[in-house]
Amino acid sequence: MTAIIEADDLTKTYNDMVAVSHIRFSVNKGEIFGFLGPNGAGKTTTMRMIECVSPRTSGTLRVFGMDPDTDPAGIKQRIGVVPQETNLDPDFTCAGNLLVYARYFDIPPAEAEARVKNLLEFVALTEKRDTAIDKLSGGMKRRLILARALINNPDLLILDEPTIGLDPQARHLIWERLRLLRTQGNTILMTTHYLDEAARLCDRLVIMDHGTFLVEGAPADLVREQVGSEIVEMDNTPEVIACLTDLGVPFEAVGDQVQVATDASRELAKTLLDRCKTSRVSTRPATLEDVFLKLTGRTLRE
Amino acid sequence: MSKQGHLWSVPRISRRAGRVWRRNFDVFCKTWKVNFFPPFVEALLYLTAIGLGIGTYVGALDGVPYINYIAPAILAITAMNSAFFECTYGSYVRMYYQKSFDAIIATPLSIEDVIAGEILWGATRGVISVTIMLPVLVAFNVVSLPFSLLAIPLAFIGGLMFAGLAMCFTAITPGIDTLNYPSFLLITPMMLFSGTFFPLSVLPVVFQDIALAFFPLTHLVVLMRMVTLPAAGPLLPVSLAWILAATAVFCIVSINLMRRRLIV
Repeated sequence: MTAIIEADDLTKTYNDMVAVSHIRFSVNKGEIFGFLGPNGAGKTTTMRMIECVSPRTSGTLRVFGMDPDTDPAGIKQRIGVVPQETNLDPDFTCAGNLLVYARYFDIPPAEAEARVKNLLEFVALTEKRDTAIDKLSGGMKRRLILARALINNPDLLILDEPTIGLDPQARHLIWERLRLLRTQGNTILMTTHYLDEAARLCDRLVIMDHGTFLVEGAPADLVREQVGSEIVEMDNTPEVIACLTDLGVPFEAVGDQVQVATDASRELAKTLLDRCKTSRVSTRPATLEDVFLKLTGRTLRE
Repeated sequence: MSKQGHLWSVPRISRRAGRVWRRNFDVFCKTWKVNFFPPFVEALLYLTAIGLGIGTYVGALDGVPYINYIAPAILAITAMNSAFFECTYGSYVRMYYQKSFDAIIATPLSIEDVIAGEILWGATRGVISVTIMLPVLVAFNVVSLPFSLLAIPLAFIGGLMFAGLAMCFTAITPGIDTLNYPSFLLITPMMLFSGTFFPLSVLPVVFQDIALAFFPLTHLVVLMRMVTLPAAGPLLPVSLAWILAATAVFCIVSINLMRRRLIV
């Protein structure tokens, strides 16, 4: 497999603050690779180094085999960026935004026109072609930004929270388009706070905190390794806690609930119903969210 | 950090800077009606109020009719204002509120290209304003042809100088409100005390020296007056050299300051 991105010992410090600390990873051609982590974990900083807009402090970084320090234009010619913050150009229409952006990539006008037509269709905005940016809904803006990121037919697409603030319909449309792009051979790098999104889309992901990686792997593998296959939940009462302690079952009390991670939920649920004085026992599959909260804790960030 | 470069290092700019210029030009053309009239009206206002109004009392200055004396100053002030305000408030809005620079540097353009394109555009705004005003002045018969046509290339060089100066302030301003300081503390005094509406020689020597040493507008007015009267004077090489040197310094420093601000 060809590595599109290779990072080793990659570090970024702002004055005295370490944002990214000695991380090592590689992203292969054709995969969707996710960066997860709480706010301030270093995800966006990592993206910005790959996008060649923020110079690294130390370590090595290669994108398409090129060094962002010495060949930023060569790298940027081949990547598409969906930033976290909507930065469409309010002085132009939808089509105008794409056409002006095409010029930055030296795409000839006739070719740009053709691509704009296809891309507006791709993100279902053909009818908004001549609409001003401030007349678009939030979902339309995100879709237009995705179209803009694709104007140069990028080999690598970098998305920083692509579906932030979108309704379910718009999220599903974006997911569907991203999967389609992957089947066409694109490599996609993304950050997200939506763990269901990461679980659905990512082939591999890392969970970051305080500038370092906590775990790396395929979503399903991470859930199995870190938590188990299922979670049993009960009401958080002193009786339940005492009962679980007596049984020697490891548990976690979360607010008004007690959670037990297990691979044998039916047996456990039966035991708990028989032995503990609890009116409610429910089981559910373990998710990436359980992994995330286990590894990064429940303390609110920033 | 060596990667960041010094304030004085000459930035590497590619021809892609022209794309940023083109983006601003396209926006300008979309609203050309709004953009076209201010310089036109401004010229009429200055000529009638100051030229005819005050001129009636002043008569002639240095043997030149007062209205002819201030005509080149109006051109120089317009070039200054157009370039300066484009690269302060205009650039700041694009940088901070519209996040346009962030969007552009995600493409093959570097931040140096973006700022160079913005400065070039600021200078172009100066050229456009002067080009719109010039026919009005010709119609009033207060500038002489064909030498006055040199005011157009002069507006470009002067525009570059003021665009570069403006970009230095934009690079260090904490917010859009603080851009009012250079506007009121530098641009307004310059507009009044740079040999614009009266000769520097009537001022105390110390003020004359300050105007000559530190006010970019003084030198632009000197050159503009030489081409519109037309009458070459001993200050020609001095003012030309001053402007070229200041333009180089302002443009280089502003690009480096901007990189410091935006590339972290």
